[in-house]
Amino acid sequence: MIQVDIEKKLKVYKGNRKLKVTHVFSKGSVTIISGESGVGKTTFLKILAGFNELDNGYIRVEGKEWVNTQTKINLPPQKRLAGFVFQDYALFPNMTVMQHLQYATKDEKWIYKLLTITKLETFKEHQPRHLSGGQQQRLAIIRALATKPSILLMDEPFSALDFEIKQYLMFELNAIFKILGTTVLIVSHNPHELENIATNRLIIQI
Amino acid sequence: MDLNPIWLTLKLALITTILLLIIGLPLAWWLSKGRAFYKIFLEAIVTIPLVLPPSVLGFYLLIAFSPRNGLGKWLLQNFNLQFVFSFKGLVLASIIYSLPFMVGPIKSALQQLPKSLSEASYSLGKSKWQTFINVLLPNIKAPLFTALVLTFAHTLGEFGVVLMIGGNIPGVTRVASIAIYDSVEQMDYATANNYSLILFAITFLVVVAVFIFNKYQLKSPIA
Repeated sequence: MIQVDIEKKLKVYKGNRKLKVTHVFSKGSVTIISGESGVGKTTFLKILAGFNELDNGYIRVEGKEWVNTQTKINLPPQKRLAGFVFQDYALFPNMTVMQHLQYATKDEKWIYKLLTITKLETFKEHQPRHLSGGQQQRLAIIRALATKPSILLMDEPFSALDFEIKQYLMFELNAIFKILGTTVLIVSHNPHELENIATNRLIIQI
Repeated sequence: MDLNPIWLTLKLALITTILLLIIGLPLAWWLSKGRAFYKIFLEAIVTIPLVLPPSVLGFYLLIAFSPRNGLGKWLLQNFNLQFVFSFKGLVLASIIYSLPFMVGPIKSALQQLPKSLSEASYSLGKSKWQTFINVLLPNIKAPLFTALVLTFAHTLGEFGVVLMIGGNIPGVTRVASIAIYDSVEQMDYATANNYSLILFAITFLVVVAVFIFNKYQLKSPIA
């Protein structure tokens, strides 16, 4: 279970805006996060991962405090180990597909399982610049899953995938989420495409 | 022709480049992160040798490390270290003088990498050091090579600063640029020309090497 009660001031054109989220995500749930552009959806995910700081509030995961501004607890991203799929993929240009996964985990069996479900086995020696947009996005997803995270944060993870591979991948990923018991938060501009796997929905409002 | 000044110049450039790589990499990394106000002052100090006349820098180093004054006296008495009129002094002066050539390109390259690269690495449980070695450094190969070569080439051509702190001691501080000046003073233009041609050839090859390396590393946005 993830308990979140946070506040953060966001800088916007000609002023400030406040991001406020109070929510409880149950363990193993898949939540779609939506809201207007610029409302702070990506910032919210980055706060959870530990990349951005918050102004006020707390984040509690399975009873353990990750952040609490009152007690001044703030775990670094390395201790939170939340899987993160970046909107710009953030792939390492110097590494091949295989090296990305080996950088994240030593579990070779798991690596091959991830390569198989994303149909990237034949591209394992390729660097990101030799992959298509869809292949890059799939690599970003499995890199985030390589550490078997208890929380997976995904920022527009299926935007570059065509319909068929998207449907297939969502089915496969959903099975993995269930096996790992991963709590998944997905930011999406198109929530309807995730109806098959989503169990909850959170709308961030201004 | 006495080739000692050429070897001494190459030795000085090589030692300076290696030491500056060790000092410059972490310094550039540290400067590339955050926007703390005090870093502006530190960056200014690192950059100053670019615009300061080398003789000014050499003069202050000479005063600071003179065995008769505070710091120089203290170093001599406690560690038996004398920087003035020694090869060690040339290395120290060269490090300060060429510091912006090493730090500048590396810092800019690190700042241009997307922040999400480091964040992705942190989310996989990797430390800042592991991220720097495995993710950031391999992705700034071309600017790093440029920084190394520029530092080396810049040290080859030093004159004012090495003359001030090192003087003109054959085999110790008499580098090629000083040997050229000395030959011209003695109206020995043939020797001056020989040294000049060798320095010109070395620096030309070094600069061509940078262009060749960057040609294969970088892609032009223009078709």
